Amino acid sequence: MIKELVVISGKGGTGKTSIVAALANLVNDKVLADCDVDAADLHLVLNPTLTEQEEFWSGKSASINSDKCTRCGKCLELCRYGAISKDFVIDKVACEGCGVCYYFCPAEAIDFTENMCGHMYVSTTSQGPMVHARLGIAEENSGKLVTMVRNKAREIAEEKDLDTILIDGPPGIGCPVIASITGANFVIAVTEPTLSGIHDLERVAGLAKHFDIPLSVIINKADINKEMSQQIKDKCHKMGINVLGEIPYDEAITKAQIQGLDLIRYDSASPAAEVLKNIASDIKDLLPFSKE
Amino acid sequence: MKIAISSKGNTLESATDPRFGRAQQFIIYDLDNGTHSTFNNTQNLTSSHGAGIQTAQNIINAGADLVITGNVGPNAFNVLNSAGVKIYLTSGLTVQEAIEKYKKGELENVSSNTVEGHWV
Amino acid sequence: MRIAIASGKGGTGKTTVATNLAFYLKHFDNTDVTLIDCDVEEPNSHIFLRPDCQEPKVVTVPVPVVQEDLCTACGKCAEICQFNAIACVKEKVLIFPELCHGCGGCLLVCPTGAITEKQREIGVVENGKGKDIKLVYGRLHVGEAMSPPLIRAVKEFSPVTTDEIQLIDCPPGTSCPVITAVSGSDFVLLVTEPTPFGLNDLKLAVEMVRILDIPFAVGINRSTADNNMVQDYCRTEGIPVILNIPHDRRIAEAYSTGKLILESLPEYHEQFSQVLGYIKGVLS
Repeated sequence: MIKELVVISGKGGTGKTSIVAALANLVNDKVLADCDVDAADLHLVLNPTLTEQEEFWSGKSASINSDKCTRCGKCLELCRYGAISKDFVIDKVACEGCGVCYYFCPAEAIDFTENMCGHMYVSTTSQGPMVHARLGIAEENSGKLVTMVRNKAREIAEEKDLDTILIDGPPGIGCPVIASITGANFVIAVTEPTLSGIHDLERVAGLAKHFDIPLSVIINKADINKEMSQQIKDKCHKMGINVLGEIPYDEAITKAQIQGLDLIRYDSASPAAEVLKNIASDIKDLLPFSKE
Repeated sequence: MKIAISSKGNTLESATDPRFGRAQQFIIYDLDNGTHSTFNNTQNLTSSHGAGIQTAQNIINAGADLVITGNVGPNAFNVLNSAGVKIYLTSGLTVQEAIEKYKKGELENVSSNTVEGHWV
Repeated sequence: MRIAIASGKGGTGKTTVATNLAFYLKHFDNTDVTLIDCDVEEPNSHIFLRPDCQEPKVVTVPVPVVQEDLCTACGKCAEICQFNAIACVKEKVLIFPELCHGCGGCLLVCPTGAITEKQREIGVVENGKGKDIKLVYGRLHVGEAMSPPLIRAVKEFSPVTTDEIQLIDCPPGTSCPVITAVSGSDFVLLVTEPTPFGLNDLKLAVEMVRILDIPFAVGINRSTADNNMVQDYCRTEGIPVILNIPHDRRIAEAYSTGKLILESLPEYHEQFSQVLGYIKGVLS
């Protein structure tokens, strides 16, 4: 039975990707998946070698053929996204791909074609296979690309008989995050002891509850405001959320990133690395890791 | 009566596919005369949204009365249920084995979705 | 004038820059300002401005409703829907509101007029005044997937006027929600941090503003003397760096308790004055 473990953060910049990279060194028999397809960074510290690449096609967009267009204005009247200009040019960025203009154009002057809007990659790393992706700039549907990355990771896990998928999730609580966590076995939220961190953690906790997925919390840079860290712990306790660990502020995390390494390979004895080792062994106990 | 089985290949010896909406294909097996045909679902592998909804609709149009698959999400369940298509679960079997188990009444019938939706 | 504050990566200090710039405008430059927080998934500006909010405005999106006695189950609505939000099975039409983009195609195509629309709530727009700064922000309901309609509503709440400067605090990333937030701005300030992750995501954000064709510059947060990777990139690309906030523990401490830099460390006002001077110069 394959288990999916997703690391998310609500608020961006809490150190989620650095933590996933470190855990990648501490959890065995896994596939890595970077589901932050909007701003993927995991590859920067895991030195992947690309083995496979797939185009990501999603949705359609409309364009007006000016030779056939009679400028009747029907499309302008019907488009609810304000995507058609007065001189009958479609703004690709505003177009949602609903096809209404295409279906109702009396002159059949509108083309409605598939969009290539990103790539999915499969790579090998010293920590095992990794699936990542890059969504084209200004594209929609990152949730679908996230699903594609997760499906590919699952396929590889089945093929290679690996029992864990470790996922670096996107920030926020919207479409890409929902696509990252639905149906997963376990979610870890990385937060930091700031008012914003607490605020966003509450939103993420609401999301995990909404989709009925067990949630644990890691407090990163816990010692920059101990009082606030305590508040987070109290809050988690009240909500019945397990706090997996408190990682101290550690410059080794940034230094490792600048070297293009994960923390464990950079300095496995640094204070943050020590905490992460404990967290990794706790995760093993929390997840039913044995093969069924 | 026709059964649709989510499948990784196009023969009765193929493994069943645990996914419903994004299953690669379906084998439509006719219980009355033992014949079968395949139904290609790859268009839904790349569907933007609501692959489960679309797949369910296609299966219903193909005349299936019941579905054997690994998991089914809430949207697909709604579509299948409203058309009176019954859903049975299986895992790790071939298509042929799943059919045999169904005939013996050994497959689990579900009355609600078994996984949360993937949303997209 | 609308200035958007954006970044490819989350957590680089967008909200820090947006709230402090707003504070600078109001209290150091005596300019009226509205801060529009478009990060509707995780809005944070209100934590720093602590506004007294008016009654929130509910934001809805239209979704179709089928009147069964008029429906002939012809299936045309399911056919036109690009988002698989409608299924037509055995004489019955099923609607999946959470997949609906509200395009209205099904209404238009229905031959018997059996489809009408109802409104579905996706979030709220809050507005109020805190620290003498007008703040408008959106809050997406937990479990909702689509933020762009709410972002549009947040922006429409505060139409552009000549009497004030509007600052837009954007969501992170470079996809749909960010584009929705940034579009229509006169200038974009991209906030980053001098790390490989920050630089990688800055490059994506630069690509984005170039596509949108809006003048832009870069601000570096938590900058240190011994690390020039972002400056080097900007120099090569010919992008001006108009803000440098040093790595200062006192700033992090102020931030963690919800205080503005300019409240606890007013000596930083020079930095924000430069940002404004530059932007005004470009736009005049």
